[in-house]
Amino acid sequence: MSTIDSAPALLDIRGLSITYGHGDEAVIAAENIDLALQPGEIVALVGESGSGKSTLSKAIIGLLPESARILDGNIDLAGANLLDMAAKELESIRGRRIGMVPQDPGASLDPVKTVGSQISEVFRLHPQGPKRSKAQLRAEVIRLLELVGIDTPEQRIGQYPHELSGGLKQRVLIAIAFALEPELLIADEPTSALDVTVQQTILEVFTKLARELGTAVIFVTHDLAVATDIADRIVVMQHGRIREDRPVREILRAPEDPYTRMLLTEATASGDDSRTTADARGIEVPAIEVAGLGKIFGSGKTERAAVDEVSFVVRPGTTFSLVGESGSGKSTTARMIMRLLEPSAGTVKIHGQDVTHVRGAAKRELWRSLQLVYQNPDSALDPRYSVSRIISEPLENYKVGSKAERKIRVAELLDAVNLPGRMAALGAKELSGGQRQRVAIARALALGAKTLVLDEALSALDVLTQAQILALLEDLQVNQGLSYLFISHDLHVVERISHDVGVMRQGRLVEVGAAAQVLNNPASEYTRLLLDSNPGALLREMATN
Amino acid sequence: MAAYIARRIGQALLVIWLAYTLVFLAVQLLPNDPVTIFLSADAAADPATIAAMKAQYGYDQPLIVQYFNQLVGLFTGDFGYSLASGQPVGERIGAVVGSTLVLASSAFVTAVIFAVALVAAATLARNTWLKRVVLNLPPLFAAVPVFWLGLVLLQVLSIKLGIMSLFPDGSFASIAVPVLVLAIHVSAPIAQVLLKSVDNVHAQPFIDVLRAKGASPSWIFFRHTLKNAAAPAMTISGITVGTLLAGSVITETVFARSGLGQVVLQSVTAQDVALVQGLVLLTATAFVVVNLVVDLLYPLLDPRILKSGTHGAPRALVA
Amino acid sequence: MSIKLDEPLTRAEVQDNVPAVAPLKVDAAAAPKKKAGALLSPAFWLTCAPLAMVLGWALFPALFSGFDPISGVPAQKFQAPGAEHWFGTDHLGRDVFARVVHGTSQTLLTAGLAVSIGLVVGTGLGLLAATAGRAADAVTMRLIDVLLAVPGFLVSLIIVTAFAPGPISLGIGVGIASIASFARVVRSEVLRVRSLDYVEAAFMNGGTYWSVVFKHILPNSCGPVLALLAVDLGVAILAISGLGFLGFGSPPPTPEWGLLIAEGRQYLASAWWLTTLPGVVIVAVVILLAGIGRQLHKIFRF
Repeated sequence: MSTIDSAPALLDIRGLSITYGHGDEAVIAAENIDLALQPGEIVALVGESGSGKSTLSKAIIGLLPESARILDGNIDLAGANLLDMAAKELESIRGRRIGMVPQDPGASLDPVKTVGSQISEVFRLHPQGPKRSKAQLRAEVIRLLELVGIDTPEQRIGQYPHELSGGLKQRVLIAIAFALEPELLIADEPTSALDVTVQQTILEVFTKLARELGTAVIFVTHDLAVATDIADRIVVMQHGRIREDRPVREILRAPEDPYTRMLLTEATASGDDSRTTADARGIEVPAIEVAGLGKIFGSGKTERAAVDEVSFVVRPGTTFSLVGESGSGKSTTARMIMRLLEPSAGTVKIHGQDVTHVRGAAKRELWRSLQLVYQNPDSALDPRYSVSRIISEPLENYKVGSKAERKIRVAELLDAVNLPGRMAALGAKELSGGQRQRVAIARALALGAKTLVLDEALSALDVLTQAQILALLEDLQVNQGLSYLFISHDLHVVERISHDVGVMRQGRLVEVGAAAQVLNNPASEYTRLLLDSNPGALLREMATN
Repeated sequence: MAAYIARRIGQALLVIWLAYTLVFLAVQLLPNDPVTIFLSADAAADPATIAAMKAQYGYDQPLIVQYFNQLVGLFTGDFGYSLASGQPVGERIGAVVGSTLVLASSAFVTAVIFAVALVAAATLARNTWLKRVVLNLPPLFAAVPVFWLGLVLLQVLSIKLGIMSLFPDGSFASIAVPVLVLAIHVSAPIAQVLLKSVDNVHAQPFIDVLRAKGASPSWIFFRHTLKNAAAPAMTISGITVGTLLAGSVITETVFARSGLGQVVLQSVTAQDVALVQGLVLLTATAFVVVNLVVDLLYPLLDPRILKSGTHGAPRALVA
Repeated sequence: MSIKLDEPLTRAEVQDNVPAVAPLKVDAAAAPKKKAGALLSPAFWLTCAPLAMVLGWALFPALFSGFDPISGVPAQKFQAPGAEHWFGTDHLGRDVFARVVHGTSQTLLTAGLAVSIGLVVGTGLGLLAATAGRAADAVTMRLIDVLLAVPGFLVSLIIVTAFAPGPISLGIGVGIASIASFARVVRSEVLRVRSLDYVEAAFMNGGTYWSVVFKHILPNSCGPVLALLAVDLGVAILAISGLGFLGFGSPPPTPEWGLLIAEGRQYLASAWWLTTLPGVVIVAVVILLAGIGRQLHKIFRF
């Protein structure tokens, strides 16, 4: 499939098939994969969870879990099959000729060793090169830290990982990966755990180094926007198979595979502009009205304002999005509105009623009209419960209806969230992430709540599932007149769902206004930075053409 | 750091005081006072003798006075008098504590070495068969009663093979075998916790990063895993102090060694409350000191502990 | 009942400190589905069957051994294990297997009592520590420290001597010693479960303190507690036989397991089976219980 057949491939994978588990329970994770990489080429491996992209990348560097079995195929690195090599031989290749940048920088450094020792460890593990004295080793580590843009490297080498921010940790991990200038780097979702502004700088450092050193990269990501920003070629995977493998511009211009086309449509979809003008109902009582809200954590020396003077209004029947990076205080704000956290200052009005300090029965009453949907669908539902029991739990607790009436109500709600009625009998553990999130929404609506707080409710879902839940939320809003407070770090999603947007930074609301205005013509410097850091420049360019 | 140490020492003292107070109160809850209990077996004891003895040991005074007198005594090293022998409790315990200490501490050290070796073998063994055998040793060790293992070893080593004597004679075997018996018993929980902890560490992403750097399994285990996995194993090691004492008493009985075991059994059989109180205080102190040392070692292992300050105590459940 | 209004854990603070908003996606294939119905696995039943037999020994000892455990046939003393006397006979010509079988009820009853005390008191304390606020937690944890600091062995000894020696005081003594481990496990499990979103959601769905504790928290924390229950039964059997060995258990001629071994000790040189074989039974039972514990842990992991 590559046009340059004459040049020897750096990496050549042929007919690779991998399964997990044994016998009847075996799951195919990768099926008959062919993939070749030229030296210095950056290839993005794109797919949803379960597509086999991580399995493939782990197979290349030999880090498959024990339950995985390679059934067939070759992984040739410069002509030598990695799958035939002994453990010792592989150890000498890993770190020296193939490097890795991991997914979660927070847990990817040994927490009890200093940063410097973890970088110099690469040289100690591979003593083949020139012999280095302690001082030379130290100088080398400092050089590497400077290379990845870490200031005051002399101080950093003595620090422990917990003293570094997520972005700095990922820089250290990049330094480790590039230390011996490997020919091939595997980057497995290296920025998905980072904030968007940090992601931007990390991607810059990473691609610059790879280009300068001529390193070939396999960049695994679920985010098509990121992939198009950095890669030469995009490989789309689904259900363990490669659906499409073509240069970025070609794939953007004319995707051949229907699945790729779907992903692209989602990645470039934008909000329906008509909604932003639907605010003629100005006289109605706001769904949520927050004024001067503040929260202070700790006391004395450790005192810290997590939320400070936050005021906004969620108009009934509309969606207000609170955008910000981690630590901006958006979740804390949501929890104060939900009365899960006691505000230190300010007032919260729900449907016109001051609920800032309600407790006991009044709080229970509040939760009949205001409900929360969580980020993580795995922990939001009791794993021991069936779907019908989960949805009818609020009805039972508030003693609504008879048993038969509750059953009807559960069926109605399942229908409202587009789940088949037979799912009522399934256990929560048997559902997929998207299905669980639908059940969580059905539970939130069981008592007829008119306002939902959605705390990163789409963040743990795959792109296509996200799109389905987004559509569901829009339907419900139109049909039932729901109001949403949508908490998110993802500008792309926010753009699609919001009527109004508030941007938070370090506990403060730096900008608030109509979605179109805030996102297209931001007034604050920070909002502009956020928008600029949003990946997918190439995607947007192609979409507008 | 200073605040951390101060807080831990404060907690340690609190626990010793609470343990002492609880035992004092428990003794008062008994249907009779220590002297009456002690002399109840003695048919010759008449009320006058009992009263005289109570006065002698201070048991005739109001409870609160007794409590404070004893507490003050503790600070001056006066642990009261054994009812059975009339000897000061401190002297009685001091005479034998050394031998038990030697047994317990050598068993403890052996147990820790044993546990680490077992876990290393289980983690690094390439042979799955060997791995399975090693993995099953800790549960087996945990299931073997100390006294039974001691008796079986005595039977085999001294009766069948004749390589050690039935009674302590100062030979290497007569010292090493009791230590081994106790160590096997104590190593089981340590090895089990360490195994689990190593598993948890190995599930962490940084292990993958190390493998991607080209580190071998043994490099990872000895240079990274052990230090990361040590904390829970140290916690359980600290807690085994109680097991160690119980095990020592039984081991001493089986191998006819002198030591605390004898004193414990005698004091309990004779219902010598003062002596029992002294023993409780001794073991509680030993426990608290060992656990204090463990607590103070944590920050050396894990630099995050000092930073996090107080461990987040749980707040009340919301409703 | 008054419901405490307090800030929910420190989760909100933690959440805002850690960059955890972004999804950490894992390929689903990496986590093979757990097969339902693990209760029916052969391994589970292989562990249960022998334990059921031991339970049978306790309930209907006569069904398992035709010999009298108390009065022996002096002419048949010190017979080595064989077809007739599986575990041999002792110095009075009593069948050792019969004595083991008849001693089972004594040992199991005492151990059961001990574990029940540990379970009930320990669960109560653990629940209190994990749900009733910081002060309750601090007090409970210090209390647990004290329980750990005074060796259970010594506590048992004191109780056994203060009251009449016998299964009840032995059970209470050993039970007190196992309170701490139950309390710790329950506390950490409840803390784990209560921080999950569905517990908070249950409150927002109108649940009250007790309904949430009983409907969501306890059922989801029970796996490790059940596992500990099995393991602790084994630990209690060991402790009881140890105390029995030292002579603080049921007085002779009740054939309690530890006592059996203590009696055999005098004939160490001539009759190895008197100590060895009852010990093998103890080891087997304790190992099987630990095995059950491991299986339960797997089955009830949510």
